[in-house]
Amino acid sequence: MLRIRLWQVIAVVLVCAASILFALPNLFSERSLSTYYPGWLPSQRVNLGLDLQGGSHLLLEVQVDAVMVERMDALVDDARTALRGGRIGYTGLKRRGQKVVLQLTKVENLDAAEDLLSDLDREIVVAVTGSGAVEISLNETAIAERKSSALSQSIEIIRRRIDETGVSEPTIQRQGEDRILVQLPGLQDPERLKRLLGKTAKMSFHLVDQTVTDADLARGRVPPGTMRLPADDEVDSAGNPRLYPIRKRVMVSGDSLVDSQPTFQDNQAVVSFRFDSSGAKKFGRVTQENVGRPFAIVLDGKVISAPVIREAILGGSGVISGNFNAQTAKDLALLLRAGALPAPMKILEERTVGPDLGADSIEAGRIACVIGFLAVVIFMLLYYGLFGIVADIALILNLIIIFGMLSLWQATLTLPGVAGIVLTIGMAVDANVLIFERIREEVKAGRSPYSAMEAGYKRAFTTIFDSNITTLIAAVILYLFGSGPVQGFAVTLGIGIITSMFTAMLVSRYILVWWLKRYRPKTLPL
Amino acid sequence: MWRVRLIPDKTDIPFLRWRNGLFAFSAALAIISVALLFAKGLNFGIDFEGGILIEVGSEGPADISDMRITLGELGLGEVSLQEFGSNTEVLIRIERQPGDADAQQAAITLLRDTLDTRYAGELTYRRTEFVGPKVGAELIQAGIIAMVLSIALMLVYIWFRFELPFAIGAIIALMHDVLLTLGMFSLFGLEFNLAIVAAILLIVGYSMNDTVVVYDRVRENLRKYKKMPLVELLNVSVNDTLSRTVMTSLTTLLALAALLIFGGEVIRDFTIAMIWGVFVGTYSSIFVASSILVHVKPGAGTNVTKSGFSGAERTEAVEQVADDVGLQKFAALPDSGDDEDEAIDAAPETASDGSRASRRASKSRAKRDKRRRKKRR
Repeated sequence: MLRIRLWQVIAVVLVCAASILFALPNLFSERSLSTYYPGWLPSQRVNLGLDLQGGSHLLLEVQVDAVMVERMDALVDDARTALRGGRIGYTGLKRRGQKVVLQLTKVENLDAAEDLLSDLDREIVVAVTGSGAVEISLNETAIAERKSSALSQSIEIIRRRIDETGVSEPTIQRQGEDRILVQLPGLQDPERLKRLLGKTAKMSFHLVDQTVTDADLARGRVPPGTMRLPADDEVDSAGNPRLYPIRKRVMVSGDSLVDSQPTFQDNQAVVSFRFDSSGAKKFGRVTQENVGRPFAIVLDGKVISAPVIREAILGGSGVISGNFNAQTAKDLALLLRAGALPAPMKILEERTVGPDLGADSIEAGRIACVIGFLAVVIFMLLYYGLFGIVADIALILNLIIIFGMLSLWQATLTLPGVAGIVLTIGMAVDANVLIFERIREEVKAGRSPYSAMEAGYKRAFTTIFDSNITTLIAAVILYLFGSGPVQGFAVTLGIGIITSMFTAMLVSRYILVWWLKRYRPKTLPL
Repeated sequence: MWRVRLIPDKTDIPFLRWRNGLFAFSAALAIISVALLFAKGLNFGIDFEGGILIEVGSEGPADISDMRITLGELGLGEVSLQEFGSNTEVLIRIERQPGDADAQQAAITLLRDTLDTRYAGELTYRRTEFVGPKVGAELIQAGIIAMVLSIALMLVYIWFRFELPFAIGAIIALMHDVLLTLGMFSLFGLEFNLAIVAAILLIVGYSMNDTVVVYDRVRENLRKYKKMPLVELLNVSVNDTLSRTVMTSLTTLLALAALLIFGGEVIRDFTIAMIWGVFVGTYSSIFVASSILVHVKPGAGTNVTKSGFSGAERTEAVEQVADDVGLQKFAALPDSGDDEDEAIDAAPETASDGSRASRRASKSRAKRDKRRRKKRR
C-alpha cells in the first residue's frame, strides 16, 4: 500500500490536472469566457437545470387513440363504398371503439364480403364474429406504426412551433409510447407556449349548409353529411356559442397551406394564407363555383368565420378574418405555418421556475456549499492536524473533480444536485476518516509509523469499498427511477462517491507516503 | 499540535448491555411510526397527489388573507396559501381539479388571470408546478420500486460480501431507519414529495454505509478473537469503530446544517429529512444493527475464505513482518517491483532471515498456496 509506482502518480496527476482544466470555466461568466478565455481550452460550463436557470418543463401526451379513431372513421366510408359496389347488403355499419363492425343481411355473402373488405387495405384484419357479423380492425403492426408515426410527427410539429416562438435551445424528447418531454430553458412565461402547444391546429374549409333553418339547427335536426359546429367566439343571445350547419366534406384542407402571416385589413387583425399549387387550384374551383355563398373556415372543430365568397379567388391566397387581435392573429398564423398536429395533446405535468427563484437558489446553494465546505475543512484540521490538511486537500480536489466531470459530461446540475454536492462534502471525508482512525488504532497497538500506515490503508480499503458500494447502489437506483431534479441529485452523489474514493485511496495516500518518506517521523501526528 | 478530541482513543462503552432496553425503545418507535402512517398518513405533495402549486413573490409583504379571499371565490376547491420563507413569498396550492388534464390547465390560467387583475404588476411567478393524476400515480410507483429495489440490492450485496446473518441485521436496521423517517414526516405533517423519496434512499445508503463499517469490524474481530463471547466481541467492534462513526456523522451534519441554514426554502424539508436520517442511521448502526447480530449469530470466520479481499492470517503476518523490518525495508525495496504484496511478503527472507516473523510469514504463505491449489482442483 505504501509502494507507489511512478506511472500511478502520473495518472493521478493527469486526472487532477484535467479536472482542473474542465472545472476552470465555471469560475468565469459566459461573456468573459467568449471574449478573454483562450479558445484552445475547454470552455464548457456546468449545465444548469431548469430549477436553477429558470425555465419550463412540460410533459405532453399525444392522444394517439384519436389517430386510430380517425382512421377507422375513414374505413367505415371505404367499407360502405366497397360493399355497395359489390352489391352486398348489410346493416349496422359503424365504428365501435377502434374497430368497424357490420352485419350482413345474407349469410351466404360472407365469403364475397370478406374478400372485398380484405382487399381494401393490406393493414386490416377482417374477422367473422358471428353469423354474418363482421369486424374489421387494423393489425398490430399497423397500429404500432400509426401510433409511432403520430408521435414523431407531433414532435416535429412541436419543434416547429417552438422554433417559431424564438425560444432558444429547447429540448424535445420522446418518452415512452405516447409522450413528449419539452424543456424550455429561460422561458419566463409558459402560458402562451402552452396555449400554442395545446392546439391541434387542424384547419379546413367547408361549405355551409344553407338548407338548414335556424329552428332545425337549434333542435339538432340536420341532414346526414352536415354537422353542427360551434363558432370560435361568436355567441348567441343566450350566451352560448353560435352554431353553424357545416357540410362534412372538406373542400380544401389546411395541409395545402404553404405560408401564413398575421397582417391588418381595414385596421382589423387578420391572417393571410397561401396555398400550394394543388391547393390553389382546388380553392380556385370551389370559390368559383360558390360565389355568393358562405364559406366556413374551421379550426379544431370550431368555426372561425364563415364569410360570403364575393368572387372567385384564383391566386391561391387569401385572408382569414375573425375576431382577432394582434396577438391571436400572430398565434394563428404561427400555428398554420407550423402545421397541424396529427392528434390532440394534453399537458400531463408542468414545472416552471421563474428566473428570480432560479437565481435565488443558485445563490443559496453557493453559500451553503462554501459554508459547509469551510466548516468541514476547519473541523478536519482541528481533529487530525497534518493529516487533516491532507484530507482537506483531497476534499478540495474532490470538489474540483466533481465540477470537472459535470462540465465534461454536460450533466445537468439541479438544486437537489447542489444539495448532493454539499452532502458529498460532508461524506467525502469519510474515506479519509476511516483510514486515519485505522492508522491511529494501529499506532495505539504499538506499530511503527510505517507499519501503522501500511496496515491502516490496507485494512480500511475493504471497509471503504464495501461501505461506499452501498451508497453507490442508492445513487444508481435514484438515477434510474428518478426524474429531472432527483436525477441531478443522483448524478452529483454518484460522482461524489467515486471521486471521494479516488481522492482518499490515491491522492491523500500519495501525499502522506511522500511525507513519510521525506521526513521519516518517529511518531505520527494524528 | 493542539487537537480536538471528541471520542477518547480507547472506549469501552457497554452498548450491548443496553440492547434489550434500546431494542424495545426502537421497536416501540417503529410501531408508533407504522401506527401514525395508518392513522394519520403522509402529507403527500403534488408530486404524488396531483394538483397545482404556484409560488408568487410580491413587491412588499404579501396580503395573504386578501389573496385567500380572492382565490377562494374561484370555485377551485381547496386552496391553501402559506408564507414561504419570507413574507414576500406565498405558496399557493390547489387540489386536483375534477376532469382531465385540460381542466387543470384551465384552473392554472384562471388563477393567474385572477391574480394578474387583482394585483396587477405587484406579483412575479417564481414557480408553477402542475402534476396530473396519471403522472402522480406513476411517480408513486417508481418511488416504491426504487425503494424496494435498492434495499433488495443492498441485501444481496451484504449477503454476498458478508454472510446472511449480517444481511438480515442490516436490513432490519434499514427498515428501522425508513420507518422512523416516515413516522417523523407523518407526525409533523411535513410535505412528502419526490425529493423526500430521494432523501430516504440516501438515508438508506448512509445508514447502510455506517452499518457496513461496523459489520466489517465484527467480521474482522470474529477472525481475530475466535474464543471471545459474541456479545463482548460485538461490543468491542462497536467501540472500535465509534470514533469513525461519530466523526463522519459530525462532518455530514456540519454540511447539512449549512444546507439547512443557507440552502433556501425549496430544499428545507429535504435537508430536515437528511439530518433526521443521519441521526437515526447513526443510532441504528451503533445499537440496532449490532444487537440483531446477537440473535442471528454470524458463524465465526466462515466467510474468511469466501471474501475476496483479505485473508486474516495473511494480513496479520504481513503487518508483523512490516513491524519487524521497520523503516529500513522500504529504503531497501527496489522501485520497480512486480506486485507490492509479493514484495512485502518476500522482504523478510532477505532482510531478517530466520526471524519469528519470517517463519510466520512463510507459514501463512504456505497455507495460502495450499488454499490456492485446493481452489484450482
